[in-house]
Parts: sequence; structure tokens; C-alpha cells
Amino acid sequence: MVNIPSSIDDPIPPAEVEDVELYHSHSWWTTYVFSQDAKVIAIQYSMTAMSIGVVALVLSWLMRIQLGFPGALPFIDAERYYQFITMHGMIMVIYLLTALFLGGFGNYLIPLMLGARDMVFPYANMLSYWLYLLAVLVLVASFFAPGGPTGAGWTLYPPQAVLSGTPGGQDWGIILMLVSLILFIIGFTMGGLNYVVTVLQGRARGMTLMRMPLTIWGIFTATVMALLAFPALFVASVMMLFDRLLGTSFFMPAIVEMGEQLKHNGGSPILFQHLFWFFGHPEVYIVALPAFGIVSDLISTHARKNIFGYRMMVWAIVIIGALSFVVWAHHMYVSGMNPKFGFFFATTTLIIAVPTALKVYNWILTLWRGDIHLTLPMLFALAFIVTFLNGGLTGLFLGNVVVDVPLSDTLFVVAHFHMVMGVAPIMVVFGAIYHWYPKITGRMLDETMGRIHFWVTFLGAYLIFFPMHYLGLLGMPRRYYEMGETAFVPPSAHTLNEFITIMALIVGAAQMLFLFNLFWSYRRGKDAGGNPWRATTLEWQTPTTPPPHGNWGKDLPIVYRWAYDYSVPGAAEDFIPQNQPNPDRISREHMS
Amino acid sequence: MSVILIFLAGLAVIITWWMAQQRLTSKPWLEVGRASDPARYDGSSIPTAKIGLGVFLAVVGALFTLFISAYFMRMGLADWWAIPIPGLLWANTAVLALSSMAVQWTKIEAQRGHIDAVKFGLLASFATAVGFLIGQLYAWRELVAAGYFIADNPANSFFYLITGMHGLHILGGLVALGRTTVRVWEGNAPLGKIRLSVELCAMYWHFMLLVWLILFALLAGWANDLVEICRQLLT
Repeated sequence: MVNIPSSIDDPIPPAEVEDVELYHSHSWWTTYVFSQDAKVIAIQYSMTAMSIGVVALVLSWLMRIQLGFPGALPFIDAERYYQFITMHGMIMVIYLLTALFLGGFGNYLIPLMLGARDMVFPYANMLSYWLYLLAVLVLVASFFAPGGPTGAGWTLYPPQAVLSGTPGGQDWGIILMLVSLILFIIGFTMGGLNYVVTVLQGRARGMTLMRMPLTIWGIFTATVMALLAFPALFVASVMMLFDRLLGTSFFMPAIVEMGEQLKHNGGSPILFQHLFWFFGHPEVYIVALPAFGIVSDLISTHARKNIFGYRMMVWAIVIIGALSFVVWAHHMYVSGMNPKFGFFFATTTLIIAVPTALKVYNWILTLWRGDIHLTLPMLFALAFIVTFLNGGLTGLFLGNVVVDVPLSDTLFVVAHFHMVMGVAPIMVVFGAIYHWYPKITGRMLDETMGRIHFWVTFLGAYLIFFPMHYLGLLGMPRRYYEMGETAFVPPSAHTLNEFITIMALIVGAAQMLFLFNLFWSYRRGKDAGGNPWRATTLEWQTPTTPPPHGNWGKDLPIVYRWAYDYSVPGAAEDFIPQNQPNPDRISREHMS
Repeated sequence: MSVILIFLAGLAVIITWWMAQQRLTSKPWLEVGRASDPARYDGSSIPTAKIGLGVFLAVVGALFTLFISAYFMRMGLADWWAIPIPGLLWANTAVLALSSMAVQWTKIEAQRGHIDAVKFGLLASFATAVGFLIGQLYAWRELVAAGYFIADNPANSFFYLITGMHGLHILGGLVALGRTTVRVWEGNAPLGKIRLSVELCAMYWHFMLLVWLILFALLAGWANDLVEICRQLLT
């Protein structure tokens, strides 16, 4: 079975990957603002995403204050509350997580980890960011539009999304929301083409697909999914925009509103739900797969051990990506459907648990007897595993129709999806930032601030969302602006709600510390050197840190090995970079 | 949603076929110290721009397939009254086919290196494509004049929506075609680049023609019988 090449000392053929013709910037503007360098675009994407993320964070504070202490902030009325919910969800899922993982980490890491000079279509890549920024600005504009932003919920279900009873429904809110989504999708498609084609065509000599770090596998698969799933949201948005502006009836049934018959007739709200969730479910994995990939690399690097079951990890990523396109209707159990469909979608949903569980086992087996360094990235990676496992297990509950129907409108669902696609990916985002910040800036993030940030965020997020499961099981409904006098809710539930609110305020404040750390360490952080984590992947082997435009100086790297040569027996150091030819023959018989 | 699932299944076949050639069963941890893997594992010899366009066409295909999915789902509801197809659409289809043929001819001439023929071919395809768009606008006007407004009936809404979306994509293609034409006219681009640009235009043009033929069949109602047969097969 051992496949060691017959002659390891083969002469290396010249690189066959052609150099990308780089656009050379001439001025400050084209270097830092209208830059075509993927690294600058990545930072632009990340900073925009984090800025709008702060807005979402503040909105969540306001919602929690209303839930924990109803009426404490008099300006929050029911309409405002729904606007906060909607904007919080939309921003977090699309404008923060999707943009940060694919636009941020994708742009920064794909060329560097693959040994390319840049993305293959730098100009489209630049446009992608500017369209994203425009989409964010349109979204922000809706806060200042007459009537405020839409309050339709992040799923924007018709008919209520375009009715006058919903905030923004007959004002500007819903229009700006849909326009913003359309812009985002066009922009994302431009970026997504870059990510996919760069992985296909931009790899350095020797970087076969099976030598790519799992981070790249995760981002690559997620991008392919996003390219195919976002059109569904595009179609739904355009059609709803027609319903709202031109009076068509794609989704709008005949409705009497305020005693007045609307001109809509015969449309199907369920059609919207199909289109929306055809995008919406893959979206969960568009966020999760890059997180899976990144966390695999963090664990392997900081446990100084090769990833357990690399091939299985790759296959699992691909299988999860494929399966996620046939589970969308599990979000629609409560919309009513043929029981046979319900059975089908419940089955596919539960099958996804198999490759996902496989990944969790492999992470744990990578840690097993590893040389675990409890660095900040490692802490966040461990937090991710725990949180994801927790959120994933409640996913098994909700995947079953009979369990989902009674729980669907309760806080149980809120707890579930915040655990699995809120907190868990955010943990990876933090871990990844602590991990790659030294490469981006040349300095380490401050350790003390980082540890405070980690413990407050991890424990705090748990204290927010874990009790929420119990509130959900009690039957506490989600989306309610206030509970009022409700017989089945005991006083202890109100106390718990207050507790959750206080924790949410604390966890939010910890994020301010993190943002402060980002700026503070940029000037005052410890000098990092080129490879502070002693990692194997190519981005740590650049001749200079931070890498300049073009990344590699004169010669592109040549790849001789996979990304996980940690603690190889007989090697001089406990890691061998991917671009290092065999220094001496290493005995590998025991690994066969 | 079955239409989009069929489309995705087709894509899945292509992706699986491609992955099957990527040695996904290899054991990278044993292949150490060797950079000289066969070239095809390092990327394809097909030009990068062409692969990029291929991926983009897959996205555009998904987009139109989703519109078609929505069309079929909405068509099943009670208030659907099919819209009469203006005869002008036949002429438009012919013009678009002509445009596609012109680009194809240009591509062949570009391969032969006949720059003057390329110039003529590009202009001809540009003009015919513009002609198609104008024809579509006239078809819209004809329908509006006959009293088929966009909001009256979902069939009307879909007609304007889908033809409009297709028109926008042709418009986008015209930008690329126009840029290629200008570049050829300026005369300082290397022949290799011109060949590639023309080839990309041809790819996109043929694809948009194919999309149009499917959409036309759908809007004209011929696809309904097919759907009926499929439905009967399924139940």
C-alpha cells in the first residue's frame, strides 16, 4: 500500500503555473482603496463586515433589554422590536458571516495558502468588494428611510413582508432590503468566481487538490454552494420586488387589508418559502464549511499533530455540501406539507449528521495524545467543537417533524441555531483572527486581552444560549415582543430571561475589548516574525511579513508535501513546511 | 423545485466526473518530497478565463432554472391564464440565432487570423444582438398595446420578468462583445488575446441562445405538455 515515489530526488520541472499578470498600483488610492490585491480586499471585506456586525450586536442588546426588562427602554415598541430582529438576523447571516468567511478569509487565504500571486480575476474581485459595500450602505440607509428598516423577520416571508402592518412593508424598508440583497448577490458572484477558479487554476506547482489545507477545501466547497444557492435568493428577491412595486402576484394571495381588498390575487407564499430555503439551508453550510476547514487547521497546528483522517475530512466536506441542497424543506415543516415529503426531508436532514459527526470525531482524534498548546486560536477551536456539538445535537431533535412542530415557534429553535450557526462559526472567526493576525500585520494580538475576551465570550455565550433551550421547552415563544400575563410561564422563567440579558450585555462588551485589541496590537503588539505558530502551510512561508502585493517575491513556491507534516518522527523540527524538499530521507514505514 | 434539482443533478455529474480525475483517494501523507506530479493535477490546460466563464454560466444556468422552477410551481395554481405569444418573437429568435452564428463565424475567422473578417463578424453579431433586444422591446409594446399588463395575471408577470432577465444578460454580453470589438479595432492587442476574447463571446452567445430557446418553448406553452407527461410518470 505504501506509495512512496520511486525516486525522491527527481529533478524538479519548472513551474507550469503561469504567473498572473499583476495590476501594479500607482497611487495611494489604487493601493489601499481601489486595490486589486486580494489581501487588501480581504481586509476591506473584514472591516466592513465587522463594522456592520457591531450594528447587529447593538441590535441584539436592545432586543435582550426588551425581553429581560420589558419597557426599560421606552423607545422600543413592537415595531422597533421586529425591525431589530430582522436586521440582526440578516446582518449576522449574510453581511457578517458570509462576507467574512468568503470575502474576508477566502480572499486572504486562498492565494496565500495555494502559493498564488493573487486571485485570477483581480478586477472582478475589486468590484465584488465595492458592490458588497454598496449593499451594506443600502442596508444601512434603510435605518434612515421613512418607516425605518423592514420588520418582516430575516426570512422576509410574504405576504406579511409587503403589507402595511409590517414595519417597512409599505414604506422603503422592504424595498431597500431586497435591493441590498440583490446587490450583495451580484457582488458575491464576482468574488465567488474568483475563489473557485483560483482554486482550480491558481495553485502552485505540486499543490494537488489533496495537498490543499482543509481551510481551502472548506472555503472552496462553500463557495461552489453559494454560487448555486444565492441565485434562489436572487430570484425570490426580484419576484418580491415585483410584487411590492409593480403589483404582481407571484407570492401575494388575495388579501383584505384594513377592510380593503388588495389588488394581489392568487399568489403562493409557499413558493417564496421554497425559493428562500433553497438558498437558506445551503447558507447554513456556506457559513459552516469554511469554519470546519479553518478549525481543522487550527487544531492540527496547535496540537502539533497531523489532522486525523484527512481524506475523510475532504470527502465529508464535499458530501455535506451536496446533501445540503436536498434538505431545505425541513425549515417548512410548520408550513404544512405532504407527510411523505416530511419523511423525505427528515431523513436527508438526519443523514447529514453522519459526515458531520465524522468530522467531530476526527477533530477529537486529532487532539488525542497531541501536544496541545492552549493558545488563543486553540481555545477558540475547542470552544467551537463543544458549541457545535451542542447545537448539532439539538439539530437532531428539530430535524424530526413531530419534534419540530411543537418546538418550532419557541426559543428552543433560537437557542439551536444560535449555537450551531451563530456562536460556533463566530468562535472560528475569532480563532482564525487570532491565528492569522500575525501574518496580516506582523504583530501578535495581545494575549491578556485575548484571554479575557475568550473566557467571557465562550462562557457567556453558553450562559446565554444554554438556558434558552429550557425556556423553549417550557413553550416560551420566539419573536414575541413581550410576554405579558402568560399563565404557563413561571416567574423563574422571567428571572432567567433577566439573567440571559445581563450575560448578553457582558458578552457584547467583551467584543468591544476584542475590537480595541485589533487596533491596539496593530501598533503595540509583540513582533510576530514570519511564522510564530511554526505552521506548515504556505502562507507562513512568505519571504516577508506582512506579504507584499504579489506575495512571493521573485519565485513562486513549489509544494513537496501535504499541509499536516507536524511532529514527523525523525525530522529535525516538529513541523515541515509544505515548500520544503526532503532534507533527509524520513522513515515512514510505521505510517503505512 | 424538481427542475432545479434536475439541473443540479446534472452539475453534480460534471463535478463528480471532474473530481474522479483528481485522485481524491490518494494518500497525501505518503507522497512526500515530490513536486513533479502530472501536470493535470496542478490545474487544467484550458485557459483560466474560459473556466471562469464556464463557472459563471453554471451560475446563470441555475438562475434561469430557478425562474423556470418558480414558473412551473406558480402555473399549477388556479388563476393562470396563458399569454398569447407575439409573432414577433419568432423573428427575434431568428435574429438571435443569426447573432450566434455570426459570433461562431467570427471565432473561426479569428482562428485563421483574418482580422478584417473578425471586425466585420463582431459588428454583425453586435448589430443583430441589439436588433434582438429592440425586437423584444417591441414585443413588450405589442403586448401592452393589446392589454396584457404585467400585474394582470401571473403568466403576464412571468413573461415580462423572464424575457427581461434574459434581455439583461444579453445586455451584459453586449458590454463584453463591445469591449472586444473596440480592442480589435484599436489593433494593438495580440492575436492570441483576440482569439480568446472572441471564443468567450461565442461561448456566452451560444449559451444565451440555448437559454432563450428553452424560455421561448416554456413561454409559448410547449413545455406544458412535457411537464404533464412528467407529472403523470411521477404519480
